[in-house]
Amino acid sequence: MGLDKIWVFGEGDGESVATITLEMLAKAREIADTVEVFMAGDGDDYAEELGDHGAETVYATGDLDGGMQGVAVASAVAAAVADGDGPDAFMLGTTQDGRDVAARLAVKLDTPVITNVVDLEVDGDSLLGNEPVFGGTVDVKTKNTSGKAGIFLVRPKSFAAESAGGAEADVEDLDVPDLGAMGAAKVTDRFAEESDGPKLDEAAIVVSGGRGLGEADAYAMIETLAKAVGGAAGASRAIVDAGWVPYSYQVGQTGKVVKPTVYIAAGISGATQHLVGMKGSKNIIAINKDPEAPIFAVADLGIIGDVHKVLPKLIEALNS
Amino acid sequence: MKVVVCVKQIPDPADPGALDPESKTLVRDQKLILDESDSYGVEMALQLVDTAGEGSVHLVSMAPNNEVSGLRTALAMGAESATLVSDDALKGTDALGTAKVLAAAITRSEPDLVLAATESSDGYTGTVPEMVAELLGLPSVTFAKSIAIEGGAAKVQRQTEAGYDDVECPLPALVSVTAGVVEPRYPSFKGIMAAKSKPVDEVTVGDLGIDAGSVGWAGGGQEIVSVEEAPAREAGEVIEDEGDAHERIVAFLDELKVL
Repeated sequence: MGLDKIWVFGEGDGESVATITLEMLAKAREIADTVEVFMAGDGDDYAEELGDHGAETVYATGDLDGGMQGVAVASAVAAAVADGDGPDAFMLGTTQDGRDVAARLAVKLDTPVITNVVDLEVDGDSLLGNEPVFGGTVDVKTKNTSGKAGIFLVRPKSFAAESAGGAEADVEDLDVPDLGAMGAAKVTDRFAEESDGPKLDEAAIVVSGGRGLGEADAYAMIETLAKAVGGAAGASRAIVDAGWVPYSYQVGQTGKVVKPTVYIAAGISGATQHLVGMKGSKNIIAINKDPEAPIFAVADLGIIGDVHKVLPKLIEALNS
Repeated sequence: MKVVVCVKQIPDPADPGALDPESKTLVRDQKLILDESDSYGVEMALQLVDTAGEGSVHLVSMAPNNEVSGLRTALAMGAESATLVSDDALKGTDALGTAKVLAAAITRSEPDLVLAATESSDGYTGTVPEMVAELLGLPSVTFAKSIAIEGGAAKVQRQTEAGYDDVECPLPALVSVTAGVVEPRYPSFKGIMAAKSKPVDEVTVGDLGIDAGSVGWAGGGQEIVSVEEAPAREAGEVIEDEGDAHERIVAFLDELKVL
C-alpha cells in the first residue's frame, strides 16, 4: 500500500532536470500511485525528461523574473493546497532552493519539515523519514503526526535515478500569488564556476584535500592527482572556509554528497561534517599523519604519513 | 542600523551528547558554547554596523536552562545586548517551533536586518532562517557568501550549485550566511570583561505571547518512532608510510580496476 499522490520539487538548469529531482522521482513512484512535479521556470523545458522518470504532471510557475524560488514556489503551492489540489506528501531535495521552498511552505501550511532524509517508508497512510544523525552513527525514523501532508527534505544520492519509460508529462500553470514585500529579493546576475574534468558528484574517483595540506598552494597536488586518475578534485570545509578553493569543491554536510568508486582523502582528519558527505563511497583511501584521525575509522586503506611526501610519489608513479 | 543575529548555543562538537532512546530527546548536560557557524553572522553584523557608522547588534537565542555562556562569547565579540528565550515548555521543539519563538523575540527589536547561520552545526536542518523570514513577512536571501548594504538594500552574493548569484534585497530583510562570509574576530580580554555586564533579557514562551501547546513535543507535529545504531563502516588496513606507501595505493587502485 502506498500514498495516493506525492509532489516532488523539480529543479533544472533550463535544459535538463537536476539529478536530485530524478532520484526523488524514482523513490516517489515506488511509494505513491500518482507522482507530480512542482517547480519554478518553464515546465515545457523538462516535461519529456520528467515524464520519462514517472511524473504525470508538471506544475510550473513560469519565469520568476529574478525572484527567489523559495517564497514564490511556496506561496504558489500553499494557494494550490488551499484550493484542495494538494498531495499527501512533498519531497524536496536538500539544495539551496529546496530548503528555501520547504521552510516557507512549512510555515504556510503549519506542518513540520522532516530533514536530511535518506530513505522513506510507508507507514499506514503516512510516511516515515529515515535520517542519519551524529555523523551517520545513529539512524532515526521520524513520522509526521500533524495530520497534514508531510514535507520531506531528501539528501542527494539517497536513491538511484532511473527511467520509467513514461510519456511526456502534462504541463500546467502553478500560479504565484502577489508576494508583496516578501518577494522583493531579486537576482541581478548569475556566475558559474567552470572546472575541467568530471563533475565532483558524478566522478568515479574523487580526490579531496584538507587542512593537512598546510597551505593553499599545496592544493595543486590534489588537482594534479585528480587529473592523473581521471577523477574530480574536492575539499574539506576547513579549506573552503579558509578561501583556498571555491565552495563548489566542498564535500560534506554543507557541500556535495559524493559516492564514487574510490574516494581519496588527503590531509583530511574526518570531521563529522565531512564524513556525512563521503562515507557512502565504495572504497576510501585516507592519508593523514595523525594516527588518531577519525578518517581512518572509515578507510579501507589508511596511510599514516605526510601528504607532502606520499602525494608527489603517488603522482609520479601514476604518470609513469 | 539595527541588526539582530540569531545565535544557537550548542554542545561542544567534540562532545556532542547523545539521543536518549527512551525520551528521544538530545541529552546535553554539559555547558553549551556558541555555535561556530553563528560567529560568522555576529562578525558580519558588527562589520555592517561599523561600515554604516551607526546602529547596534542585538542577539536572539533559544536555549534550555537559561544557558548564557555562548551568548557571552558573542557579546564579548562586540554585540550590545541579547534576548534569551528559555522555558521548560520548549523541550523537544522542532525547527518550525524554534522559528516561531525566534520570530516572536526578533519582532520586539524591529530590526533593519536579521542575520542567521545557514544551518546549525548540531541539528543542521538548514530551515530555521527561512522559516523566520516567512513568519516575519520578510524577503530573504539564504547562503550568503558576502553582504554589503547600499542605498537601503542588501547586496548579497548567494552560493549556488554552479557558482553564485548576485542578489539585491531591500531592507528590512533576513540573510543567512555561510561560514567564510567573514573571518570572525576573537573576543579581546576587554571584550570578555565588558560582556559580563551587558544586558541579557531572559524571557519565557508566555512573555512572547506564544501558546505553550504550539511548541515543544506537543506542538511538533512529528514524532521520532525509532532510534537505532547505524551499521558501522568497517575500518580496513592501516599502514605507516615508510617511503613506499604510494606503491600500496597504486596496487589498491589496480585491484579495483579503476585506472
